[in-house]
Amino acid sequence: MQKRVTILAGVAFLLCLAWVLPASGWLNPYLVMIFMYVGINMILTLSLNLVNGYLGEFSVGHAGFMAIGAYVSAILTVWVLPRPWAPWLFPLVLVAGGLVTALAGLVVAFPSFRTRGDYLAIVTLAFNMIVKSILENLEILGGPRGFLGMPRLTNLPWVVAWVLITLFLCRNLVYSNVGRGLMAIREDELAANLTSVDTRRLKIYAFLISAFFAGIAGGLFAHLLQFINPRSFSILKSTDMLVMVYLGGVGSLTGSLLGAAIFTLLLEALRPLGLWRWVVGPLLLILLMIFRPHGIMGFREAPWLRTVSREP
Amino acid sequence: MFPIIAQNILNALQLGSVYALIALGYTMVYGILTMINFAHGDIFMVGCYLSLAAALFLLGLPLHLPAGLIFLGALLFSMLLTAILGVAIERLAYRPLRQAPRVSAVITALGVGLFLENFTLAILGPEPRHFPPLIAMTPWQVGGLSLTLLQLLILIVTALILVLLDLLVRRTLMGMAMRAISDNRPIVPLMGVSVDRVISFTFALGSAIAAAGGLLYGLAYPVLDPYMGIRIGWWAFISAVVGGIGNIRGAMLGGFILGAVEILTPMVLPSSTYRDFVAFSLLLLLLVFKPTGLLGRPLFERV
Repeated sequence: MQKRVTILAGVAFLLCLAWVLPASGWLNPYLVMIFMYVGINMILTLSLNLVNGYLGEFSVGHAGFMAIGAYVSAILTVWVLPRPWAPWLFPLVLVAGGLVTALAGLVVAFPSFRTRGDYLAIVTLAFNMIVKSILENLEILGGPRGFLGMPRLTNLPWVVAWVLITLFLCRNLVYSNVGRGLMAIREDELAANLTSVDTRRLKIYAFLISAFFAGIAGGLFAHLLQFINPRSFSILKSTDMLVMVYLGGVGSLTGSLLGAAIFTLLLEALRPLGLWRWVVGPLLLILLMIFRPHGIMGFREAPWLRTVSREP
Repeated sequence: MFPIIAQNILNALQLGSVYALIALGYTMVYGILTMINFAHGDIFMVGCYLSLAAALFLLGLPLHLPAGLIFLGALLFSMLLTAILGVAIERLAYRPLRQAPRVSAVITALGVGLFLENFTLAILGPEPRHFPPLIAMTPWQVGGLSLTLLQLLILIVTALILVLLDLLVRRTLMGMAMRAISDNRPIVPLMGVSVDRVISFTFALGSAIAAAGGLLYGLAYPVLDPYMGIRIGWWAFISAVVGGIGNIRGAMLGGFILGAVEILTPMVLPSSTYRDFVAFSLLLLLLVFKPTGLLGRPLFERV
């Protein structure tokens, strides 16, 4: 009970902070922008960790999901909704984008019944490339030039709120029966099947939910940048997400938050290095994999994200 | 109509040759380590730049070497250095992860690929470099077809490499060791074969072949930039998967299929921008219906 009160107070405090800090001018707009990127990356990392960390599959194409969420929500605010309504309906727009993305998640979920491991990784890769290629060829959406005209609806309170919602839902999912089932599939799919885990249904859930959150993050990204083009969602973006997941730690929510924060802030901090910062990043990744292959928090959680252990 | 189709088939063979050469590297490493070496496209890129450096150096010498010698020199130089690069990458980045979860190795490979790209970019800058024309591009007219010496050279060099590789894998002791490792890895050390040496040899071989592909590609499509390895690497990778990854003849077949897809797509569809879409849809369909590729061994994972 006491833990719940503490957590609720923490959430309220964070939201207030996210609202007060930019509004009062204590945080300059550049820092606010970076914090928003950190938040969006946290959502993406949590989403990818569901598939790569908990389900134990290897998705290399999450930028494809993000692209769908970004384009769908951008289309809604630019073409469908009247401009004055957009700020009020922004959460619904994001959810709509997420739902469409979740449907796209089925494209990857169904092949995952028959193929696993490397071959499923290739399926996700192909999915990413196909989404990018379709967007590049849809002249109505601007083709390779991109799509613009979205109002800047993403702000720090919204980002923080969505990070908290994503974290809350992921945490409850991970500790639910579904989450246990996903981890059982990760350890041994055959054994999971034999202990009456409905592997197919759970795989569909995992991809649906993961795609949903990637779509939300895409929507936030689109309404932060106010400009999206297919190249923003290339395989390089997917690689960034992989780096964040494996930096923070697979199968760990704390790790996802940490990984996203460290990676985003580190890339900003290395900005003075110019082109060389893109050399340092991959080098860090290689060293990390060699010396700490499970990442910083692999398969471990911070105390406040653990389940309450019930003493008998 | 016939000459147009024949001409396109010729162009497809030219491009398919390069894809086949790079696909071989993916497939050999996969066959031996069951690991997708995502850095291979960038090893190809480095090979391409190294052969450019060698060609420019030899052209700059006041000896007026004949073009054939320059070609040969660039080929040997880039194959040698790229082979060393491949072995070094395996030794430094992949070998420490031999016992780690397989995903770590794949992530590392992605990291190595990004490192090679960005390192090249940081050193050479973003401007594309141009490959000097070494081989005459004047076309000969053969029965309505135009054929250049370069195209002929690409086809001959590729065929030579493919035949030699096939002989190496099927007829030599090293080839036998390679096949043994991909068949049953735990048994091989018991037979007195040094697995590490065979793996190093495979990386050297795959990288050297990619460098040869790099030189041929540079001659045929003479604009190089540090990110060129990404797209070509992915296409070669699809080739390897389409043919059945781990299968050397499959990689050759897949390379030519993908070359045909890239050249023939603009003939059927309105614009060449659809080629990625076609290639990856083909890959997706193939994986759904024949998950181990055209020539790959079927998996028996389900009990």
